Amino acid sequence: MAEDFEPRIVAFLCNWCTYAGADLAGTSRLQYPPNVRIIRLMCSGALDPVYVVKALLEGADGVFIGGCHPGDCHYQNGNYKARRRVAILKKTLEQTGFDSDRVWLRWISASEGRLFADTMTEMVDAIRAKGPNPLRGQWGM
Amino acid sequence: MSTWMRVPGSEEGALAALRRLLGDLLEKGLVDALLVPRPAPGGGNLVQVLVNNTDALADADPVAPVMPVQSARILSALTAGGAPYRLGAVLKPCEVRATVELAKLKQVDLERLVLIGVDCLGTYEPREYSALVAGGHDPTAHALATAAAGTVGPIAGAAFRDACRMCEQPSPQGCALRVAVLGTGGVVLISGSQDLLDALGYPQAEEPAARGAALAALVAERTATRDRMLGEVRERLHDTAGLLAEFGRCIRCLNCMTACPICYCKECIFRSATFDHPPAAYQGWLQRHGALRLPADTVLFHLTRLNHMSASCVGCGVCSSACPNGLPVAQVFRAVGREVQALFDYVPGRSVDDELPLAVFREDELGDVAK
Repeated sequence: MAEDFEPRIVAFLCNWCTYAGADLAGTSRLQYPPNVRIIRLMCSGALDPVYVVKALLEGADGVFIGGCHPGDCHYQNGNYKARRRVAILKKTLEQTGFDSDRVWLRWISASEGRLFADTMTEMVDAIRAKGPNPLRGQWGM
Repeated sequence: MSTWMRVPGSEEGALAALRRLLGDLLEKGLVDALLVPRPAPGGGNLVQVLVNNTDALADADPVAPVMPVQSARILSALTAGGAPYRLGAVLKPCEVRATVELAKLKQVDLERLVLIGVDCLGTYEPREYSALVAGGHDPTAHALATAAAGTVGPIAGAAFRDACRMCEQPSPQGCALRVAVLGTGGVVLISGSQDLLDALGYPQAEEPAARGAALAALVAERTATRDRMLGEVRERLHDTAGLLAEFGRCIRCLNCMTACPICYCKECIFRSATFDHPPAAYQGWLQRHGALRLPADTVLFHLTRLNHMSASCVGCGVCSSACPNGLPVAQVFRAVGREVQALFDYVPGRSVDDELPLAVFREDELGDVAK
């Protein structure tokens, strides 16, 4: 099972930095694992935790959230607000029996295609090591 | 050391003194109207009533051990955009805390609002309260008699709500007028804003030593109950199976959210069409999972609400009282809420000057959450 487990990761990327970084990784023809499903947002600060929780309850093995580096937010401070929301989200997950390390928040800029590809590789490896989301195949939620 | 005054009329009983105090507030023009609990017509239940004359205070019951509605919600309606008159609100401590949170969320306007916090002597579930009254009991008389002796407890054979049994803040803080009945030997004492005290002009009084001791003993007992109850919740929620079991009886009726004073959003995602899925979506999930629990999204609902409001949860427990299936919503929200609040050293309801955790940020913080 462990060998043929392919993690499914839902990635919420901000339009201005991390999505552009992912785009750069693509146009630079950098290789990274195809386990990531990207959803583009205008800002990491616009992400309601409900969508992260929904992805996890639906069986996503990991959720990645990417925003601009601190100080670089296109909207001044959306990423700082995202960081507080994610802190609460991770605490909430941890307190209700989830593995909060399945949720990652990272700052990746538009010029960091290499960092994006490396981070995806790192996350897929980390989630692969954890194994599938225990909620996969659960129907009781 | 705060100044205390003794409300006259205490010799006729604490309830008479409490009514005297409220009447004086109206008659001296210190407030134009009062929001105060009174028996509903026919008796057997308490309701919040807005009154503007002393005749309407004849059966006011400011310490009744029941809380059918969280008054903070009512104050939101009464003060939206600023109360047009000076409104006094007679509140239990958790209602004061919720009002403070709603003020910070810009849902209550404190400008012309006079918060009158009364010692809480515990509350029964509304239906148990009605049953006690129907059975010939006088819950308020019992509460005041025990409070005079410095203790708080239910009538034999009855029980307070779980949220009250684990409430370690039975004495109101942060209001214009604090009304003390616990450990006062049957008299009613007030303290608070000097303007109000001067205008009322009651005789000065000492805060009885018995009151401090009574409060300390009550808080110690409640804290122990809280730690035990919340410890049990954490035990049950140690894995996702525990979470599914915890909310196993949830029918996603949204009653907990409707009753919650903090959940004020007019456009809640759970009342929107977001979760009105087309039939083909259910078919898709069915194919993927092989089985699908319906109604869907019950756990999603609670986890989302924990994310949205647990930082401001004041532990009033009306969520549990509102649950038709007796889920321990309040215990879960307090257990998780305390951890969330600790992240930001936040104490909900303590002061309007404390910043809401989700409304502000620091540039240099939470380095372990994001890289």
